[in-house]
Amino acid sequence: MAEPQDPMQDDQPLLVAEDVGKNYGRLTACRDVSFALYPGEVLAIVGESGSGKSTLLQLLSAQLAPSAGRVSYRMRDGVLRDLASLGEAERRFLFRTDWGYVHQDAAQGLRMAVSAGANVGERLMAVGWNHYGRIRDTAASWLERVEIDTARIDDAPRTYSGGMRQRLQIARNLVTEPRLVFMDEPTGGLDVSVQARLLDLMRNLVGELGLAAIVVTHDLAVARLLSHRVMVMKGGRVIETGLTDQVLDDPREPYTQLLVSSILPA
Amino acid sequence: MNAPAYNFAYLDEQTKRMIRRAILKAIAIPGYQVPFASREMPMPYGWGTGGVQVTAAILGPQDVLKVIDQGSDDTTNAISIRKFFGKTAGVATTTATSDATVIQTRHRIPEAPLHAGQVLVYQVPIPEPLRFLEPRETETRRMHALAEYGLMHVKLYEDIARFGHIATSYAYPVKVNARYVMDPSPTPKFDNPKMDNCPALQLFGAGREKRIYAIPPHTDVVSLDFEDHPFTRYRFDAPCALCGAGDSYLDEIVTDDKGGRMFVCSDTDYCESRQLAGHRGSESAAPHKERAHG
Ligand SMILES: [Zn+2]
Repeated sequence: MAEPQDPMQDDQPLLVAEDVGKNYGRLTACRDVSFALYPGEVLAIVGESGSGKSTLLQLLSAQLAPSAGRVSYRMRDGVLRDLASLGEAERRFLFRTDWGYVHQDAAQGLRMAVSAGANVGERLMAVGWNHYGRIRDTAASWLERVEIDTARIDDAPRTYSGGMRQRLQIARNLVTEPRLVFMDEPTGGLDVSVQARLLDLMRNLVGELGLAAIVVTHDLAVARLLSHRVMVMKGGRVIETGLTDQVLDDPREPYTQLLVSSILPA
Repeated sequence: MNAPAYNFAYLDEQTKRMIRRAILKAIAIPGYQVPFASREMPMPYGWGTGGVQVTAAILGPQDVLKVIDQGSDDTTNAISIRKFFGKTAGVATTTATSDATVIQTRHRIPEAPLHAGQVLVYQVPIPEPLRFLEPRETETRRMHALAEYGLMHVKLYEDIARFGHIATSYAYPVKVNARYVMDPSPTPKFDNPKMDNCPALQLFGAGREKRIYAIPPHTDVVSLDFEDHPFTRYRFDAPCALCGAGDSYLDEIVTDDKGGRMFVCSDTDYCESRQLAGHRGSESAAPHKERAHG
């Protein structure tokens, strides 16, 4: 793996989770999750389905309110804010400027009937860009960065392959230069060769842009390629956490050992 | 006097009060779509029952009503609505824009400038300008509430990407009073500038969709656009063939069965007034040549 940037060079955390938990009645989806994410740092949350990792992602991205604890985010003005204290307008503004969210199903993150150029340009228009030529040029340069032929700029993503859709979704998210991107199984459902290309692209972009990212995946190969740090979840709790290479090469918990051995057959 | 079988202007007073409350709220929040309990009217939805209910709620015995459909006073739709109010309210009707106090319209704003004290009532089929790209009502409501209108420009972007210019030529979105984005109903964009700073009150009624919205007199109404693709009013290549007007919205009409065509004012009252005043177009050798209505 390429030399990761030192994520601790910026000593102020970008996102802080403190004893975060979510119950549905007596059912606990996740509990007691605490960590700090620093600018430029990529954190993978791994676990099987039902481990609570998807619920946690929704809590961290303010799409769900926690039943316990809190999640705070350092806004662009440097102030750390409890996400629960943000008004709806502020939260939605964060979502289309300083945050990105890459869905497993690209159809959920894209407007399938609208051209690729408009899909990428939408966030710019939402923050007041009002010059068609500049919006289009910026969209085209982002298509290039995610390796989509700019001749396809006026085509709707429903004419794109699965891998292209996912790359378009990434471009649509990154166009406003967010500082934090949430990814939910970003390579799920894609062919293995398509996955590899997408992972390479994401790793390069994250490195070039100094993005922080929280990636939820059941695929430890994704965690190994993308993340600096990994959190292993089971039954709604974090059972092991540490630097990715350490955890995956030398897992301490029997459950993690099982995960590693079953998913990465050597 | 014998009590009529129906109330003045058809609707009962309680319904009128409910609609008037919606209208007042709409006037207080220019461009905002106010829900109202739309009633069944004795005509199909496609005939503009939203506009008819608004008109019924504001009409008084002294009012003078004009009804136009695509600019014309004498289409079936316009005639039946005019007759409906003639019968149920006994109000005077007119075809002259300047004489009317209430003008109900489908698809056009009259060419003659409106004046203070007049009310223009639009029949609206689809009030939600964001629906084109966002079918979820909960989401469009939130977008209006938070003034998140990037999506509206996505639509215009798509136009330019596809056609090289903003091809939307009717129901062209406007921003009202620097706040709410509004669909002006299927009026041609040619009429958009007439909505801006208009001395008359403009009311919009959507019957099937149960929404009322308004532009109070002298309100800023701005057509959305891009800096490098500014809003342009549609321009016609030739003046009206009947009255020679170079500033009016023209319809193409077929003049004979040999494929003959000409372009004439869609606003029949405007065209006829100009002809009476002696204005002539290329096809009007005979002063009162019979007009074909499309
Ligand atoms: Zn004319």
